[in-house]
Amino acid sequence: MSGLSRLLIVVGCILAAAPLVLHLMSSVKSTSELNLSPPTLFPHEVTLSNYQALFTKRPFLRYCINSLTVSTLSSLICVAVASLAAYRLARGRGRWRSAIRLSLLVVAFFPPIVYVFPDYEIIQALGLVNHLWGLILPYSALNIPFAIWLLTGSFQQIPLDLEEAAEIDGLTRFQMFRMIVLPLVTPALITAGILVFIFAWNEFMFALTFITIESQKTVTQGVATLSGAFAEEIPYGLIAAGVIASAVPLIIVVIVFQRWIIAGLTAGAVKQ
Amino acid sequence: MKTHRLEAGSFLWFLPAALLLSGIVFYPILRTILLSFARRSLATGFRTEFAGIDNFARIVTDSRFHASLWTTLVFTIVSVLAEFVIGLALAISVTSIRGGRNAVRAILLVPWTLPTAVTAVLWAWVLNDQYGALNAFLLHSGVTQTPIGWLATPASAMIAIIATDVWKTAPFVFVILLAGLQNIPRDLYDAIEIDGGGAWAKFRYVTWPHLMPFSFVALMFRAVQAFAIFDLVWVMTGGGPGGATETVSIYTYRTYMRYLDFGYGAALAVTTVAILSAAAGGLYTALVSKYERTF
Repeated sequence: MSGLSRLLIVVGCILAAAPLVLHLMSSVKSTSELNLSPPTLFPHEVTLSNYQALFTKRPFLRYCINSLTVSTLSSLICVAVASLAAYRLARGRGRWRSAIRLSLLVVAFFPPIVYVFPDYEIIQALGLVNHLWGLILPYSALNIPFAIWLLTGSFQQIPLDLEEAAEIDGLTRFQMFRMIVLPLVTPALITAGILVFIFAWNEFMFALTFITIESQKTVTQGVATLSGAFAEEIPYGLIAAGVIASAVPLIIVVIVFQRWIIAGLTAGAVKQ
Repeated sequence: MKTHRLEAGSFLWFLPAALLLSGIVFYPILRTILLSFARRSLATGFRTEFAGIDNFARIVTDSRFHASLWTTLVFTIVSVLAEFVIGLALAISVTSIRGGRNAVRAILLVPWTLPTAVTAVLWAWVLNDQYGALNAFLLHSGVTQTPIGWLATPASAMIAIIATDVWKTAPFVFVILLAGLQNIPRDLYDAIEIDGGGAWAKFRYVTWPHLMPFSFVALMFRAVQAFAIFDLVWVMTGGGPGGATETVSIYTYRTYMRYLDFGYGAALAVTTVAILSAAAGGLYTALVSKYERTF
């Protein structure tokens, strides 16, 4: 049993990592080596020319800065706005709380295709097409139901005695929220923030629709359109470099924040 | 102090969320429902005309929609089941060994964290007929004499997008189920052992009932996401070859953005949500009643 378990785990980990390792190998091969048949597994000679091309021939740095800006702002706005609503919800009437939480859950399950066209009309009316705020607004809003849902549970676990004591000390409700309650739910805020960041970083459909100029594209759209960039040569090395360069930030996020990511993903199942 | 004391201005707490949600979520839902009963396209010069149920009548006879719905259902059912089986097997394996849990979890989480569009590019190149690693391996080991065009035939393209989706999201199911397994008190297994039960009895009477709520969350999340699949297919196959991998989201997107038929696009979106709600409701009822019968 234990032997079979080990085998399954090893095979699983190899399958998970293999495609990325293959692309890592390809990304440091020269164009002539990439054209060899049969292809080589390990590079004969390590070259960074593909990465150089990625950052000089293509505006990959610009894509990264755009993604970072969009994801960071979306995450901050979403968590700030959601924490206010979630706190009020956690301290509200039970019947209302369940009704609002349920309707938020239903909305969170709607396929994004429902929103993409009417949201495009709104973003167009606001003059935000081809503007990063045209992505930040929808990403913040679309993740609010998930963030409220996650945070309400954490706020509910904070004992009311603390707030009663603070009220006697003459703090207003908002001061109480900011100085006493928020610091206590920091882990949940971090969890929500990281997950919204990842969701925003990974979003594709809205980015594809709302952004049509190179200088405002995000990483997902940038990588997806790398192959169309050069008509004559096969840009496989460039694509491999693009895949690896866009995977590295997320691999770091997973390693650093694993505990918080797991907490957020499993919150729905653990707290019923 | 009462927990639910309503204070003056308590709605202010909801105001920012309500503003964002009304503009980006609730108004669009309303707008989509209204548009689904209207004609608004290139043909009407983008004027909105009342169309009654014409759009929905068209959906009933639209064979392209039926094909995309079938593709979406096959994709959803096959990939979610495969993800569940793989995720469960890995979660049970990791629970049964000592140590290394965090390292394994970190490695397996990477595919899930990658953007789907990037995952699609990654696998499209692994499966590329001329330069792909898979064909190189198959040719080299003599399994095949000619390169296989994985994304060029309808059946293999479908298998390719399902396999890519499984690669990306089996780790999600694994993480959820692993959390469930770690929640089970060890002495329940000891009790079964004392009663002379084997591995199957442990799984049937302890693991499975405890895992039900976790399985429910994982299946529900995955089924709803898989049904809405867009980016993976858009980047890998564009819905091809010959529409063989066109899902309802891809078809609806094309109707809106390429054919500029906004009334019909809205009707497709409304129909998709209606079918999804019915399916999710059915799944919910089936799983919850089964869960209650377990006890």
